[in-house]
Amino acid sequence: MALILNEEQQMLQDAARDFLAERAPLAHLRELRDTDNEERLSRELWAEMAEMGWPAILVPEEHGGLGYGYGGLGIVLEQTGRTLTPSPLLGTALTGVAALAAAGSGAQCAEILPKVAAGELLLALACDETARHDPGFVSCKAESSENGFTISGRKVAVHDGHAADLLIVSADTGNGISLFLVPADSEGVTVERYPVLDIGAAANVLLDEVRLPGSALLGPLDGGGDILNQVLDAARVGIAAEMLGLAQEVFERTMDYIKQRKQFGVPVGGFQGLQHRAAELYAEIELCKSLVIKALQSLDEGADDMAELASATKAKLCETAHSAANEGIQMHGGIGMTDEFDIGFFLKRCQILESLYGDRYFHHDRFARLRNY
Amino acid sequence: MSNLDQFRAETREWLEANCPPAMRSPYRSEADLCWGGRKFEFQSEEQRLWLERMAEKGWTAPTWPSEYGGGGLNREQAKILKQEMERIGARQPLYSFGLFMIGPALLKFGSEALKQQHLPPIIRGEIHWAQGYSEPNAGSDLASLQARAEDKGDHYLLNGSKVWTSYGDRGDWMFCLVRTNTEAPKHKGISLVLFDMTTPGVTVKPIKLISGKSPFTETIFDNVRVEKDQVVGEVDDGWTVAKYLLTHEREMIGGTGLARTGSRNLSERAIDALGTRDGVLDHPALRADIAKFEIDSKALALTLERFRDEAKAGASLGAVSSMLKYYGTELNMRRQELLMAIGGSEALNWEGGENGAGDLPRAWLRSRGNSIEGGTSEIQLNIVAKRILGLPS
Repeated sequence: MALILNEEQQMLQDAARDFLAERAPLAHLRELRDTDNEERLSRELWAEMAEMGWPAILVPEEHGGLGYGYGGLGIVLEQTGRTLTPSPLLGTALTGVAALAAAGSGAQCAEILPKVAAGELLLALACDETARHDPGFVSCKAESSENGFTISGRKVAVHDGHAADLLIVSADTGNGISLFLVPADSEGVTVERYPVLDIGAAANVLLDEVRLPGSALLGPLDGGGDILNQVLDAARVGIAAEMLGLAQEVFERTMDYIKQRKQFGVPVGGFQGLQHRAAELYAEIELCKSLVIKALQSLDEGADDMAELASATKAKLCETAHSAANEGIQMHGGIGMTDEFDIGFFLKRCQILESLYGDRYFHHDRFARLRNY
Repeated sequence: MSNLDQFRAETREWLEANCPPAMRSPYRSEADLCWGGRKFEFQSEEQRLWLERMAEKGWTAPTWPSEYGGGGLNREQAKILKQEMERIGARQPLYSFGLFMIGPALLKFGSEALKQQHLPPIIRGEIHWAQGYSEPNAGSDLASLQARAEDKGDHYLLNGSKVWTSYGDRGDWMFCLVRTNTEAPKHKGISLVLFDMTTPGVTVKPIKLISGKSPFTETIFDNVRVEKDQVVGEVDDGWTVAKYLLTHEREMIGGTGLARTGSRNLSERAIDALGTRDGVLDHPALRADIAKFEIDSKALALTLERFRDEAKAGASLGAVSSMLKYYGTELNMRRQELLMAIGGSEALNWEGGENGAGDLPRAWLRSRGNSIEGGTSEIQLNIVAKRILGLPS
């Protein structure tokens, strides 16, 4: 498939850009912070996104979705990366839907996906138990009990966990990992919300002998490990798409600034010390664009080398978006260090997206393992 | 079956029947490349036969018009040919500056007579073309070149010198940037001329590099006669042709960051040399650098593919060749550095390696020039900063 957007995708991109420019520019993020919104999330904005059809993009048409695939959702995420718009798109519309699409029974999909598509239900993946991403480490245990399971353990840094209605939890079931659908209001579930550095929030989730019906099992018993990896790879590519938007936006803002800002009587953008770093960053961002579009297409095609491509993409975007955000501050000089100026927000969000589902170190290691070295 | 499917089937069948088995093995070294030209000695009968058969079909230059002996293929067909050659690991039948550089320039700027004279021998691999661009005092500032072609009525008389002529000792003909007008501003008085290197007054001297090899020459002109019908494009407007040629050169060099068809993965070499423990390369820091290199290689390959797709969809790509040249060469240099690290003390043996010629350290040293030739990395970054990012001068 050609590595370019088709006409339908271009229209989706334009619509997303216009909507965000009007309804959720960067000022929206600042407003959320300064108005003490506890959830760090605008439900009103989410309702409007639902009207735009965004939570339904990945949902198959038979469950009330649009079926635009990862290619479509990636385009929207890239745009929200530009505006740093907080929304449940990543946790619900991408990760949650990917998990149900990969492993959900007919009944589970029929019950959950239409609500997701309508923007009425928020999901969150609770898979990590350690500060550094390590989805293979699962001490949370689920034991078979009468008519179902009893699950106990502690999950950390659950993205969107503070707002989710339904948690997707990985647990050790004796002979492997299994995934469970756990309503956040179940007895025995404690959601510990905490603020994170970009004004958003996350949560640690305590599961204390939570009793679940047999129908809460998502996918095969003891066979959740592979599904989890597959879902994480989709999420990683989606995060990379968001980081691509972030990197481009911070870079463009920085280029605009150094063309205007004068020192020694000339624009600082005329100095070779900045020009060469800017040109190098441009090259890295071009490479990132290619990885992201290829990875999104490969998710839709169900490519064999998806794991390798997802790790390559996440690793590269972590590196490049981080440099772009750092250079954003450095090239702005003193004003880049002020809270009043927006450029610092890009670095903060970037650090969160890097940490989520594996940073560059995690993915360099995983990429090498997948290539057998 | 669609036309393209049929083309693929026919191509596959033809390649199976005509590509000699010895031409389906990975390159062992640069010596395996077929350069063609009057002085070229084929390494084997298979190499000669492979060139002859491919040239007969025009597939040494798949997309060139068939009236000049080219393959006359459209982009889709050319892509299929490339894929089918890759499928059986077929080597390139011919690797020449005629194909990559002066040929495309002639197609775009050359007179009909020049095309008919020069394109067919390029396609058949009969003439080795040398490039006369840089001079001792015109490197990054190429347009300040001084080699002078004086108008003598029915011909020009050329005096001056060129440096860094790739494989000038193998050259049969040269495409050469010369000053035809000393009054005009420096970019305006330059012409691109062609001449046979056996013309009296042409002297070629090898330049020995830090690798111990001499892939470049200095070429000196002492009253060399150049015919007037051998000017490509307009007289005094050679800079336009030169810029086009430089773009081609950059794209070609940009691709060198990618492993050539058939050459082994860096990681495979590392596993052989260093071994694994629990399935993981037994050297964590080196392993991480190899992974980063392989990710960047993959990303650059996808970027070349994406730019081709964008160009096909009508986008104008302009200065991105500078970005590709910069990135591709830096990547190749990283590759060579990693190979040296993997080799350890064995990589220091000047006469070591498979054929006792010290290929590894010599290739590493040679690669130091990648970020200089064809416009330094710094020049490419200047071009990206000004032409793409619009930063002020």
